[in-house]
Amino acid sequence: METFLAGVALLLRWDVALALLIGSVGGVVIGAIPGVGAAVAIAILLPATFALDPIVGLTMLLGIYGSSMYGGALPAILINTPGTAVNALTTYDGYPMSRRGEARRALALAYSASFWGGLFGILCLILLSPLLALVAPHFGSREIFLAALLGIILVVLAHRGQVFAAGGLAAFGILLHTVGLDIRYNQRMTFGQSWLTGGVDLIVVVLGLFALSQAFLLLTDTDSAPDPQPVQGSLVSAMKETWVYRRVATVAGGFGVVMGMIPGVGEFTAQFMSYTYARRTSDTPDAFGDGAPEGLIASEAANNAVPAAAMIPLLALGIPGEALTAMMLSVFYVHNVVPGPQLFQTQLDFVYALYVAMILLNVIVIVFLIFATNLLTRIIQIPTRFLGMVILTLSFVGVYSLRNSVTDCAIAAGFGVMGLVLKRLNLPVVPIVLGMVLGGIMEVKLRSAMIRVKTPLDFVDRPIAALLAAAIVLVFVLHIRTLRREHLARLKGDEIDHDIHDSQQR
Amino acid sequence: MIKARTLQDLFRRYRRPGDLVYSCICLAVSLVLAASLSAQTTWVAGTKLLAQPAFWPHVAVLAMVLFSALHLVSGLISDKLDGRWQEVWFWLRSVEFAGWFMIYVIAVPYLGYLPATLVFTLALTWRLGYRGARHLGAAALFGLAVVVVLKSLLQVKVPGGAVYELLPATLRSFMLTYF
Repeated sequence: METFLAGVALLLRWDVALALLIGSVGGVVIGAIPGVGAAVAIAILLPATFALDPIVGLTMLLGIYGSSMYGGALPAILINTPGTAVNALTTYDGYPMSRRGEARRALALAYSASFWGGLFGILCLILLSPLLALVAPHFGSREIFLAALLGIILVVLAHRGQVFAAGGLAAFGILLHTVGLDIRYNQRMTFGQSWLTGGVDLIVVVLGLFALSQAFLLLTDTDSAPDPQPVQGSLVSAMKETWVYRRVATVAGGFGVVMGMIPGVGEFTAQFMSYTYARRTSDTPDAFGDGAPEGLIASEAANNAVPAAAMIPLLALGIPGEALTAMMLSVFYVHNVVPGPQLFQTQLDFVYALYVAMILLNVIVIVFLIFATNLLTRIIQIPTRFLGMVILTLSFVGVYSLRNSVTDCAIAAGFGVMGLVLKRLNLPVVPIVLGMVLGGIMEVKLRSAMIRVKTPLDFVDRPIAALLAAAIVLVFVLHIRTLRREHLARLKGDEIDHDIHDSQQR
Repeated sequence: MIKARTLQDLFRRYRRPGDLVYSCICLAVSLVLAASLSAQTTWVAGTKLLAQPAFWPHVAVLAMVLFSALHLVSGLISDKLDGRWQEVWFWLRSVEFAGWFMIYVIAVPYLGYLPATLVFTLALTWRLGYRGARHLGAAALFGLAVVVVLKSLLQVKVPGGAVYELLPATLRSFMLTYF
């Protein structure tokens, strides 16, 4: 309790409060604008946060991360366009509800389910933290290497239908990490180019792949301006209905927590599993996809429980499970705060401060949305090509302020075009970023682990290492099993919904 | 109604036009990288294989070759998708905006952050076809707001413009500090 209170005390500063407010409200607005996800905003803001205290910078980024999905539900429900990638399933039931005149009910359910899921996730984490503090120190080099390897494998296999492309992109990410001087100061994959000697900067790649690519995509594509109708009536009274579906909301939150903790899995898996669960246990399964409140609640509660859970592998092991936490990792590194087992032992108050900040952001967001939903419907009417100009202008600051390098900007522009191609092909950019980050972790940890490893079996002679190795084998076995099942139960061509994953473009 | 019988159907992502061109490019790049591996990496005597500096570039490039070859094969045996070259043309059109971005980057140290940003936002807005006073005004206001918030208030590291040197001494230092 003392540590918890010390964590709260860390937040009692005006700059932290301001960062929390800007992050929470900014995240909702950014999430509500189709075409600008949390990743774009965090990528642009990342270099600016390097000048701030770690708690201030991370609070702002966490605010954006945790609140963007709230905002993303708004266009998903009103105009059938998910604001962020993870609101894709919300359109399935939210938009049909809007069409039959129940927009207020749908929005209220989405907001309250998001709030429920968000708080459930954070509560689980606060309760789990003492346990993590006990377990995390048992992770040595071998265990962290195996956890990072498991993360890479899961990221690749999670892109079902595009495993080969995702695998190639993850390998490309690992290759990018190796560019520069090796441990013996020999040139490695630099092709004699002096500008490659220092390596490829993660922030430059992230800005290119997420922010610039989105700007190029919006600028090159045809213009569109959504025109959502204002919502009539009070949202507060309609929010009470979520209580009727508390079982679905809680189970969905549980899926969010479990899936969020596993590197490389994240919101999509949590959403789909909760949605499937809600449909299977519903009295009216045929209503799913046609405006079922349980479907909407399952989707929103699950995705909002993920951000808190995704912080677990990041904070406890220093292993990011997806792109946004990979970006946050760089904030830690810049400030010499090394996330990992020691963090839970030496800076548990800092960890609690982050959790309390997440609770506060959920409260700020829900209050903001109750009063400002109609204002948001006006903001999302910005024409998409104009929005592209806005993102491009802001991206310049993100890249250029790093070290005032024209070369960095040229590299980012190159990755921007590459990101555009990937988004158009609906291929993921996340494996590249995770390949870079986890590749670096794997190289360092494997090298230090090899000092004590004499035979291959030595690698798994500790319980956690053996469990992780078994998990890797199990993942492959399960993947092959599901591939076989998928083949047997495959849909006919005209039954396939090809657009369910067009959200790589958001 | 969702037409998915299994959880796997919900997860599945599908190929888009241009996939084959992309996979050909990937394989070609991977093969070039593989061919240059020995020249671009160093093997150190007396070090275990897994701790070698050359180990991870080899793992990465060989995985790229393997995955891109499998991706290409899967594309070749799948149904042809219409619109391949229109898609490639879309990719190429995006290079124009990469050019706009680089011109902006190069212009900032000469024109200064505020003038370069105003010229950039107005010119690009004009190029995009928004030629009314409302949109151009919004673009100028946005450009000004970006500079005021980021440079004047947050003091983000962007150098002053060379043209500021031509200004009178008092105005010059003000512009160099805040714009």
